[in-house]
Amino acid sequence: MSQALTTAHSVVAPTPLARRIAATIVILYALVSMIPLAWILMTGFKTPPDSIAYPPKLVFQPSLEGYCNLFTTRTRQTADYIQSLGPPQTICDEITRKRDMVIAGPSNYAPRFWNSLIIAFGSTFFAVSLGVLSAYAFSRFRIPLADDLLFFILSTRMMPPIAVAIPIYLMYRKLGLSDTALGMILLYTAVNVSLAVWLLKGFIDEIPREYEEAAMIDGYTRLHAFFKVVLPQAATGIAATAIFCLIFAWNEYAFAVLLTSGEAQTAPPFIPTIIGEGGMDWPAVGAGTTLFLIPLLVFTVLLRKHLLRGITFGAVRK
Amino acid sequence: MAEIRVENLRKAFGDFIAVKDQSFTIPDGSFFCLLGPSGCGKTTTLRMIAGLELPTSGRILLGGEDVAFKRASERDIAFVFQLFALYPHMNVRRNIGFPLVCQNVPWAEIKTRVEETAKLLRIDHLLDKSVSGLAGGDRQRVALGRAIVRRPLAFLMDEPLGTLDTEFRDLMCEELRHLHDRIKATTVYVTHDQLEAMSMADHIAIMNSGRVEQLGTPQEIYDRPATMFVADFVGSPSMNLIPVGDRLAKGAKTLAVSGASIAIPEMREDAPAEEIVLGARPEHIRFDDASAYRGEVFGTEYLGTMQIVTVKVPQGRVKVKVPASLHVKSGEQVGLTFLGDRLSLFDKGSGRVIRSALHDAQASGGM
Repeated sequence: MSQALTTAHSVVAPTPLARRIAATIVILYALVSMIPLAWILMTGFKTPPDSIAYPPKLVFQPSLEGYCNLFTTRTRQTADYIQSLGPPQTICDEITRKRDMVIAGPSNYAPRFWNSLIIAFGSTFFAVSLGVLSAYAFSRFRIPLADDLLFFILSTRMMPPIAVAIPIYLMYRKLGLSDTALGMILLYTAVNVSLAVWLLKGFIDEIPREYEEAAMIDGYTRLHAFFKVVLPQAATGIAATAIFCLIFAWNEYAFAVLLTSGEAQTAPPFIPTIIGEGGMDWPAVGAGTTLFLIPLLVFTVLLRKHLLRGITFGAVRK
Repeated sequence: MAEIRVENLRKAFGDFIAVKDQSFTIPDGSFFCLLGPSGCGKTTTLRMIAGLELPTSGRILLGGEDVAFKRASERDIAFVFQLFALYPHMNVRRNIGFPLVCQNVPWAEIKTRVEETAKLLRIDHLLDKSVSGLAGGDRQRVALGRAIVRRPLAFLMDEPLGTLDTEFRDLMCEELRHLHDRIKATTVYVTHDQLEAMSMADHIAIMNSGRVEQLGTPQEIYDRPATMFVADFVGSPSMNLIPVGDRLAKGAKTLAVSGASIAIPEMREDAPAEEIVLGARPEHIRFDDASAYRGEVFGTEYLGTMQIVTVKVPQGRVKVKVPASLHVKSGEQVGLTFLGDRLSLFDKGSGRVIRSALHDAQASGGM
């Protein structure tokens, strides 16, 4: 009798063994997925010779050379000239001089990074703002042909955006939007807005109308009710949508290569063009990529409270 | 506080007419129930009074002013929703104060008014709690608080007790009525639960497919239903509706049913030529072996002090409410008598009641 009780197990809860196997698989998969990330991180701290060493060095003397090279341009000088300069001012001076070079000026990485920030956050802001307003309208009002309009909005994502690259390129050249931050913001907003409308409509549909009705009876206009009652409750959905939009805009490469080359160039097309002496400057590329990951990471961590609930698409409501 | 007058109010959703040119008046300070089955138009009517739905045509006079096409925010009415609609991102205090914030009431006054209201509803200890952690009854009180704090012209409530469990509902019914007696606000209360309506309302309007079938006090509606629908909808078990073939003229005092003669209130108008229906509440029927109107006991439902006995008669089944102490067996032959002065007669064709001495009592001030 008591024997039967101790061996009895729930039919829904996994057994400890199944749990352990599942955990092992998940951890292994996570580790494998993180190898490229670790590679990039390590490359950023290697010296150029170490970075191309074969077999790859797992243990190496860390160096800031990659980061120095990322932010500077350098010129080769004679040893006499370098001797005459006096003591090095910064750690980068010191590293550069060991390679018989001096720092000539800042590189383009910082302005390109700044462009990325402006364009990605700008387009995310507009895509989410437009998305939440349209989603609200689709969710609450009787709109003629609402289903067709929603399908049309979705259909803009049915082909890869790059398929329309050539017409957009020509259009942008005519309109003077080529290589401008505004042009890139408009483009990424247009690509993301359909995603934003669809995602947010789902979230707003789940917010009972009674909340706005209560606010309107309490004396607020619909717009007020929207800002004071609907938006706070849609925060989860807005956070999730914003992250999806930001990831797209931040990582977008093809349009950025095609439409930006100077002033408005973003970081993704810039990073691979970092050239050192006698080939690619891999440590600088690694450093540039590592830094490039940070904003997304920070944004995601800041919104993670909303995100966990948001990505389950409101399934845990109530 | 204000009187609410509804005149020729109509609401169409495409081809479907939810409310069909209805007119009624809700006296200042009364507790008024709109009662009816789901889909009868009661909620639509309430939402039109609130301004959440615009009428297709008609007028809604709130304290004499036509507000039918005004925004909800311009009407000065409060609404309590079935699902309470408490703002989940605000605590109890901010929920109750929310309507006042909109009116730019000074902060200090909001604080005192919110606290007064909370005390009135006995939720002052919950003011700084989040609304998501509250029990159903407390949520209901917060929703009421948000309505009361504004001191509006009228309160509108859409099945506010619908989601509470039975035990709690009775308690809230009582509280709502007490609250109404204290603040004397005109209240329109929508429900499909006749017990709620009967126990709270001063006046009840029974609605069915977009029309008000009868408007009156709970007693009038129970004792003198104006239509067969009302007779059937109100009361548990509902009124027995027995089709009878007899032709009745004005002045008739008896009705022949299956060879038995049944005393009825004196007819004040001729019955139409078509079939008529005798309406008798289960508690207005007695067992009497001497009666010529007979049937066979079909089954009994025990209710504690009373029991409902279903009797098969030639016209169908009749439910009789008798003390539980009375011993009846299935299959037993019984005679039935009716309390003659409490019976209603309906015209089966139109469903309307036929005027009789029963309605004289109403004219002379009730029985």
